[in-house]
Amino acid sequence: MPGAISPALAQAAGAATAPLDVSLRINGTERRLSLDPRTTLLDALREHLHLTGSKKGCGLGQCGACTVLMDGMRVKACLSLAALAQGREIKTIEGLAQGEELHPLQAAFIERDAFQCGYCTSGQIMAGVACISEDHAGSPQEIREWMSGNLCRCGAYDHIVAAIQDAAAVSSSKQEG
Amino acid sequence: MHPFVLERPRDLSAALSFGAQAGRNDAPVEYIAGGTDMVQLLQEYVRRPDRLVSLAGVLDDGIEIGSQGLRLGAAATMAEVATHQAVVERFPLISQALLNSASPQVRNQATMGGNLLQRTRCPYFRDVGYEACNKRAPGSGCAALDGENRWHAVLGTSDDCIAVHPSDLAVALVALDASVEIRGAGGDRSVPLSDLHRLPRDTPHLETVLEPGEVITAITVPANAAGLRSHYLKVRDRASFEFAVVAAAVAIEMDGARIRQARVALGGVGTKPWRLPNVEAALAGAEFEPAALRQAAALAAEGTQGRGHNDFKIELMQRAIVRAVEIAGARA
Repeated sequence: MPGAISPALAQAAGAATAPLDVSLRINGTERRLSLDPRTTLLDALREHLHLTGSKKGCGLGQCGACTVLMDGMRVKACLSLAALAQGREIKTIEGLAQGEELHPLQAAFIERDAFQCGYCTSGQIMAGVACISEDHAGSPQEIREWMSGNLCRCGAYDHIVAAIQDAAAVSSSKQEG
Repeated sequence: MHPFVLERPRDLSAALSFGAQAGRNDAPVEYIAGGTDMVQLLQEYVRRPDRLVSLAGVLDDGIEIGSQGLRLGAAATMAEVATHQAVVERFPLISQALLNSASPQVRNQATMGGNLLQRTRCPYFRDVGYEACNKRAPGSGCAALDGENRWHAVLGTSDDCIAVHPSDLAVALVALDASVEIRGAGGDRSVPLSDLHRLPRDTPHLETVLEPGEVITAITVPANAAGLRSHYLKVRDRASFEFAVVAAAVAIEMDGARIRQARVALGGVGTKPWRLPNVEAALAGAEFEPAALRQAAALAAEGTQGRGHNDFKIELMQRAIVRAVEIAGARA
């Protein structure tokens, strides 16, 4: 029953919370951490590395605010245990710009006013970067389907779709050029 | 989350030695693969293992097509399988079912084995604030029987549990006669996917036939399922990133204006992925015209039991079968 913990379990709990040495590669830098095994990748980023760009919305994989790239692919950081992300290349919103130069999708979000409160924005941008690199940004309809893992409570969807279209056009003109 | 020891074994035999039980909801030792369902359930205290054994890097993630058919390593992700060219071309039903599942992020993380073993979306199972759930706490009762049961099963239910098995992939695979390869301390065995999940009966906390320590290592699909005209029709409350209210997986072979053979399975309505041999038998030899399809699909209602809010599924699933067969038959 919730709350009732037997002495044996409590003892196991003491052993269980012994920290694990975890080495994470975040935005090109190796970071060594000592973490409770229960720590999600999202909590490791936010609470231990103070990279608070990735947001915690639902914590259950439903909203997409925590989206980061793992080995180039978009994932939900709230559904990954940090200790199991060891050895993977993780990119967060903090690693997207080149110095002072914004990523084209970051610039497009500003240009298109693709947010209101901003809480979902870093997740939208990380998912949008993947949506473009996966070649799933061919039409507004395709973008809507392939961005369905990211919710926006303010309802800025029209502008988000427009921003992704803009950045996809920049990306394809670069490839063609 | 309940505190746990996290084991990161070097290889599969080391992983097996922990005796994790993937097939029941009250196990003290559990496996974790992609983690997309497990971490949710840990966060919500629905599953409270004392030890969690990671399968990362110890399971095959290959996708192979040969004369025997299709073999999907248990660690292959939903995204990898959904977009694999040979899967798209020869087993499009599998690709469609996967692309209609979850979100792009989850599809990059979730694995084949884990997808089959994901737990029901029954809100009473997933919320420990409800005391009654026989699946989560054996003997505690079922809050869904007299509760909000619009999403619940009409096939394979018992008075102890009416929870739906939520996987789309499993519905497509069961229609294609897939099997799972299983490895345990006692060796390897193969089980038809239709036998992997248990009916709830009076033990809904026992989800599958997996024995302690056993792990799914691969999914196999026989070659004779390749090249059929197929369609995965998913009816849901929103257009994307949503579980099925009703889903129909259909694969047919045509003989002129008639159907030679048909495979039909349903999702969203069964306590496990649900194959419909009676509908298939009625479709075999039937003319490809609406009245004949409706007559065959009506047999899907055999053995159904609605619980109030979900009564509409019994009619809806028949219509979904007809629509899916029509779309599949119209394909080139």
